[in-house]
Amino acid sequence: MTELFRLFLAFAKIGGFTFGGGLAMLPMMQREIVEHHGWATENELIDYYAIGQCTPGIIAVNVATFIGTKRKGVIGGIFATLGVVTPSVIIITLIAVCIQNFQDVPAVQWAFSGIRPAVAALVLDAVLKIGKKSLTDVFTVLIFLAVAALSLFTSISPAVFVLVAGVLGILLKGGKQHAPSA
Amino acid sequence: MPLLLELYLRFFYVGLFSVGGGLATLPFLREMGEKTQWFTPTQLSDLVAVSESTPGPMGINMATYVGYTTAGIPGSIVAVLGEIAPALVIIVLISRVLAKFRSNKYVDYAFYGLRAASTGLIAVSCLSVAQLALFKTDVFSATGNFFAAVNYWALALAAVIFVGLRVFKKVHPIVFIALGAAAGIAFHLVSGQ
Repeated sequence: MTELFRLFLAFAKIGGFTFGGGLAMLPMMQREIVEHHGWATENELIDYYAIGQCTPGIIAVNVATFIGTKRKGVIGGIFATLGVVTPSVIIITLIAVCIQNFQDVPAVQWAFSGIRPAVAALVLDAVLKIGKKSLTDVFTVLIFLAVAALSLFTSISPAVFVLVAGVLGILLKGGKQHAPSA
Repeated sequence: MPLLLELYLRFFYVGLFSVGGGLATLPFLREMGEKTQWFTPTQLSDLVAVSESTPGPMGINMATYVGYTTAGIPGSIVAVLGEIAPALVIIVLISRVLAKFRSNKYVDYAFYGLRAASTGLIAVSCLSVAQLALFKTDVFSATGNFFAAVNYWALALAAVIFVGLRVFKKVHPIVFIALGAAAGIAFHLVSGQ
């Protein structure tokens, strides 16, 4: 199996089994991309999420394009992206063709009353894993707390947080250039 | 203008200007519905409900649905291709630049800071996922009683699954989602709610 095909399949699996959008995709991405295939490190995944949140387009698609491009160039990006959207196109079209008012079917509502708590647990687990990698010292913890508080209580764009934090990173780390390790 | 071309261009516009994920496309879709009469505001809110109850990125689900109702299966494919095209180009360009400067220490320092910010943003979205799953917002706004609004059954299920995740680290996330769905159906069959 060629890597392009593997990229397509892995992202189709991620797209086909994620409920609740880009963020809910994080646990699946960690499992498939970082742990199973080793296509990116946990830190790279966080970087891609950071950039994906402040560039146009759907976050899941942005992350898929990043990983695909990293592995196999532009064509890899296209395969990964098509992979992540293909299950949606098939499933939504089927639902639109076959089932009127899909969201009102009792069994669907019941299943979702259980899927939502499961997704909440999965996402919490994913955030803890990410925090362990990205919050390495007192500065990063402070940036984390400030961004979390500001984005809860203000409507400042995520792009602003990411840019300011990037500049802070350069100032903080660049300011202590004599420190032996980064 | 041929309908398929118009669909492609309108979704290209959505993909180019909505920053921050699936829900960010919503205002653009509302505007599209008003301009083209392809769908009503009520259809749009049904569409959000369907997108939330099906797997996959929400923005893609919504594009597929609008495309299908407007021009059948070709419409759904064209709408999705339009929506992903701008991101594809932009991200490929960014990742070229990144690859070039990845070993630069200042780029490394920038990522040290922005990774923490990204984690903050993700943690806050995690809160909204949890709120939707574990908290009856309608009950809270009606009674103002926080404890009456907590969905204790959902909270217990989330806690069990979280412990399961930490204990059985090798088990695939799909298994936990399937267990959640089964528990939801079983609970409603047993309790009759």
